[in-house]
Amino acid sequence: MADGPAGATPPDAGGGDGDTPLARSASPIEFRLDTASGVPTYLQLVHQVEHALRLGYLKPGDQLPKVRDAVASLAINPNTVLKAYKELETKGLAVGRPGQGTFVQATLSQVALPELATLRRSLLAWLGTADAAGLDEDGIVALFTSALRDFFERRGAPGRRGTSDSQKEGVA
Amino acid sequence: MNVIETSGLGKRYGSTWALRNFTVAVPAGHVAALVGPNGAGKTTLLNLAVGLARPTAGAVNVLGGEPAGSPAALDGIAFVAQDAPLYKNLPAADMLQLTGNLNRRFDHGYAQERLAELGIPLKRRAGKLSGGQQAQLALTLALARRPRLLVLDEPLANLDPLARHDFMGMVLAAAAEDGMSVVLSSHVLAELERVADYLILVSGGRVQVAGEVDELLARHRVLTGPAAEAGRIAQRLSVVHARRAEAQAHLLVRTGGPGDPVPPGWEAHPVSVEELVLAYLREPGAAALPGPARTQKAEPTEVSR
Repeated sequence: MADGPAGATPPDAGGGDGDTPLARSASPIEFRLDTASGVPTYLQLVHQVEHALRLGYLKPGDQLPKVRDAVASLAINPNTVLKAYKELETKGLAVGRPGQGTFVQATLSQVALPELATLRRSLLAWLGTADAAGLDEDGIVALFTSALRDFFERRGAPGRRGTSDSQKEGVA
Repeated sequence: MNVIETSGLGKRYGSTWALRNFTVAVPAGHVAALVGPNGAGKTTLLNLAVGLARPTAGAVNVLGGEPAGSPAALDGIAFVAQDAPLYKNLPAADMLQLTGNLNRRFDHGYAQERLAELGIPLKRRAGKLSGGQQAQLALTLALARRPRLLVLDEPLANLDPLARHDFMGMVLAAAAEDGMSVVLSSHVLAELERVADYLILVSGGRVQVAGEVDELLARHRVLTGPAAEAGRIAQRLSVVHARRAEAQAHLLVRTGGPGDPVPPGWEAHPVSVEELVLAYLREPGAAALPGPARTQKAEPTEVSR
């Protein structure tokens, strides 16, 4: 796998005297690890790509982080990244191009970025109201989750895509 | 191909066997972790594999059948011993020169590029570098030999968290780029989960568990249920380690796979690498070699709370 002198790239964390600006990878996203989550590492990577696709950080044609770069920055086993990319290929979301890397093939986001921003703004306004009414974070999550469930139950199955985990990500 | 393969391997120091009748095969293309208590024989095994020691009994081959210590084996293996040994009075540049002269193959360009990236000044004496930098210099020297197998003995022992992360990042990136295999011994269990995809658990000079991490995890689970039934369950299932309080018991058991039925009234939880390793370390008599077989008939001892 040929690639540039992209060193280990911990975003700030000293060690390399901040020598990484040019070495930024070609991918629009960078992986992170939640070691306390109990979710297997390869699944965390898969979820992060799906999440980025939903939120529009990634679009078809974009390159996923190179295996070498992901491995160097997270200090994880290379086979873990390969397993995640294979899973994304199986799902039809990504495709590997020999000698180049893995690229996004499909999208999960149903609306364009500007629309997402508008929706986010109105949600933030609502959150302000809820906060002013005295709801704390747990209360807001509980209310939102139950309203979400009601909404889709009333509307019927279509439009409800996925499983509990896409719902969780929607809330987060 | 196996990067390390031993059969009936034994090493005696004086009247003590550091390793005895040790048979293991480590397949290529993995980052394999060698885990075990102090004095289990890990360092002895690594020294035998890289050709620094000669076996008292049996044989060890590396890189698909080359006898350990033979010229072909030495060319293909790089080894970083415990505490990153360097000539402390030599500047980094001289260490590069020296290592280059002592080895048939040495990639000076690679070494200089890495050191520049790491911000290690070429003129500074090795002994004046920080602990993390010394480890990275030793690793750079090893990787610049472009080995097919990198052997590391307790590479993380004296490094702070950031240095550990960067050190392993560099090892794993080299593995990803060149398809290099890695065998390392480590006490840092928490990091093994992310780093290693092959596990060899050594205890008392013997292999206790060996296999791919994913497979080992799939073949073990923790059952939680009423302590009163624990004894009955232990008769039917292969219990590695049991923890029992007055009412509740946790049993780490071997299973045929995730689909195995759970006893009624019990909950099944997946195990982590750390949990698995600790359970076996506490039960030196339990073994999960190729099949689910126990070496000794002894029931696992129970830790009461």
